[in-house]
Amino acid sequence: MKTRIITKSTCKPVISEPGNSAVYKTGAWRSLKPVFEAAHCSSCLLCWLYCPDMSVIVHDGKMEGFDLDYCKGCGICALECPGKKGEKAITMVKEDIL
Amino acid sequence: MTTSSLKLKDLVNKDIRLAPGHRMCQGCGAAIVVKMALLAIDKPVVACSPTGCLEVTTCISDSTAWKIPWIHSAFENAAVTLAGVETMYRALKKRGKISQDMTFVVFAGDGGTYDIGLQSLSGVMERGHDLLYICYDNGAYMNTGTQRSGATPFGASTTTSPAGSAVPGKLQLRKDIVKIMAAHNIPYVAQASPSHHLDLMRKVQKAVSISGPKFINILSPCHRGWRSKADDAITISKLAVNTCFWPLYEIENGKMKLTHVPKEKLPVADFLKPQGRFAHLFRPDNAWMLEDAQRQIDAEWAALQATQACEASGN
Repeated sequence: MKTRIITKSTCKPVISEPGNSAVYKTGAWRSLKPVFEAAHCSSCLLCWLYCPDMSVIVHDGKMEGFDLDYCKGCGICALECPGKKGEKAITMVKEDIL
Repeated sequence: MTTSSLKLKDLVNKDIRLAPGHRMCQGCGAAIVVKMALLAIDKPVVACSPTGCLEVTTCISDSTAWKIPWIHSAFENAAVTLAGVETMYRALKKRGKISQDMTFVVFAGDGGTYDIGLQSLSGVMERGHDLLYICYDNGAYMNTGTQRSGATPFGASTTTSPAGSAVPGKLQLRKDIVKIMAAHNIPYVAQASPSHHLDLMRKVQKAVSISGPKFINILSPCHRGWRSKADDAITISKLAVNTCFWPLYEIENGKMKLTHVPKEKLPVADFLKPQGRFAHLFRPDNAWMLEDAQRQIDAEWAALQATQACEASGN
């Protein structure tokens, strides 16, 4: 028997573009905004790992800020940030709605 | 077999195969679990999810958050759907139509694992398909509004076991799904928590390196259903581990090993207190429930330690 591979034409409910959810900006959900202070960052990268919305920007192994298009403002990064010398590198502030 | 580094400074260079723009709630544990699991795997992954939070939030109409081939199956048959794909892959490989090595992973919630999908999962484990089944366990049917499941812990208030004058929350115990899976005599079964990310990723890495059926149960905090704070997914899962509510262990070829022993075993109340679903347990008239919950956890922890000690002594 010939094997028939399921393609877009034989099976309709197929999304052929991987990760196209990125067009939907979940940042609009946010009521709290993370603020990054590089001076207090120890580059542990835990914020990058824990972020459920892939919103922590890292370049050359260093945390560089947030992608606010997707950040929903959960605050996990701020709570888990070990910071440096007792000062957290991430704090949550109220979002300016207007 | 060489395994790639799980150091964060190396992992940041990898592409996360779950895109942003998914509609999981803010601070969702399931997103963190899937992200960590995918980061731990190097090979191409083919995934499948049954109905559940993860499924409805990652695939809406014509948008998908998955950057890997992913199938949504019905609530009861995610394991067997992926087993079919895995069988087809083996057949095509045998005929030389596919040369690439691939990994097959099911990401299912506790409803689709402990309850509705248990029969198909059991069948797949028994038939020895080469796939990894990851259960992100948030302890209720969170997708439809927190109905109790077989994974809901004793005492939890849910919409179908509401704490009130008739019942003080769920009166039954959770199923021990890890033991149920271990009883299938499969090569690898483990329990993990996102708070101990290295342990979690090591387990996923180890699981995909073993051929045959594998099962990992991963705690997935849900602040909407657990009635806790939006930012406490990691903190609360750490408490789950340190109170021994969620012991971290693995069973490899029948041999049990605790992969993390808390330095100081905290009282289970520390894990229950931040969660509104357990608020009624702290009322004086329900003190017996808190004692019962502690007793169950102590017994399970003692049994795990005894098993490990027994196996270490070679008996």
